Amino acid sequence: MEIINDVIGKNGLIFAFLLVGVIMLLSAWISKTFTQKRIPAVAIAVIIGLALAFFGDKKGISDVSIFAGMALLGGSMLRDFAVVATAMGADISKIKQAGLAGTISLFVGVFVSFFVGVVIAISLGYSDAESIATIGAGACTYIVGPVTGSALGASSEVIAISVATGIVKTIFLTIATPMIAKRIKLDNPHSAMVFGGLLGTTSGVVAGLAATDEKLVPYGALTATFFTGLGCLLCPSIFYLSLKLFGF
Amino acid sequence: MKIYGVALLAGCFLLGKILGNMLGALININSDIGGVGFAMFLLMLSSIYLRKKGWLVQESERGIWFWSSIYIPIVVAMAATLNVKAAVSGGFIAILAGIGVTVVCLFLVPVIAKIGRKNESES
Repeated sequence: MEIINDVIGKNGLIFAFLLVGVIMLLSAWISKTFTQKRIPAVAIAVIIGLALAFFGDKKGISDVSIFAGMALLGGSMLRDFAVVATAMGADISKIKQAGLAGTISLFVGVFVSFFVGVVIAISLGYSDAESIATIGAGACTYIVGPVTGSALGASSEVIAISVATGIVKTIFLTIATPMIAKRIKLDNPHSAMVFGGLLGTTSGVVAGLAATDEKLVPYGALTATFFTGLGCLLCPSIFYLSLKLFGF
Repeated sequence: MKIYGVALLAGCFLLGKILGNMLGALININSDIGGVGFAMFLLMLSSIYLRKKGWLVQESERGIWFWSSIYIPIVVAMAATLNVKAAVSGGFIAILAGIGVTVVCLFLVPVIAKIGRKNESES
């Protein structure tokens, strides 16, 4: 037992790869078996992650010594590095296909998400610009939240709230989209692109559209791939500075 | 070589972060103002440019794709290392904001889709 602890302790990052791989596998299975893939595996995986954090304290599960490597894998350096890499999937020449409506929907989507998140954060008692901006960013996607939070130096607790906000958005979107699709006339590629740009949380957009009409998925994904990048650009900069200007 | 792609990614990442921090210092706020966003923008532009020149071959791109495909697992690891215990009291905010944002944005879909259509018929 001591030998095992010793090996894991010295190779924490590698153990984290194994652990996260198992979590991903488990969540894919849960998504398939219990929700008929209605709830995206990604959302389940992040929820499992958040749940695991209860086993630790301030630094989540990495407070438990054999899980210390999780802090390395999930630290802001590797996270931001991987998030930047996702820009490869966003082909800027395709923004022309999205057209004016798609482009407008992206900017409106990021702004409105941030704004609604900010209003709720303020009305529930947050008063410092860093926390408010982080929660607003989390209302964009569960990636924009932590990226903004660590850039601005928000507390781990607030970052956790922002991730949870993004996850609630993803899951609620997945469930609500097929129910509301008719009322919002989400039945053609044009609307699907606007939908992807406004909601932006890729896993939720894809899962929601798949449950509505498989054919619409690529159109929604086209605009949604730009959303997180735009959010990471605007939330910790212009949006945060505007909050400062308004005296927070 | 995959490392060429990873190196390009690293270069864009660092340049973006430096830009973000410089911007922060410029306006006297000691934080990174949009660094990740700048980095993503740089990567998009440089990859388009290098692809046109024929300098970014698929093998190099794969080095970037690997990191792109690993970001969800990294986010899961991050979620597991957050101060969740202290955040429980904020769970209500997460639910309210998550649902509120989604509802507002869903109802904006027909509004913005209309604007686009009008432009299409004009052209």
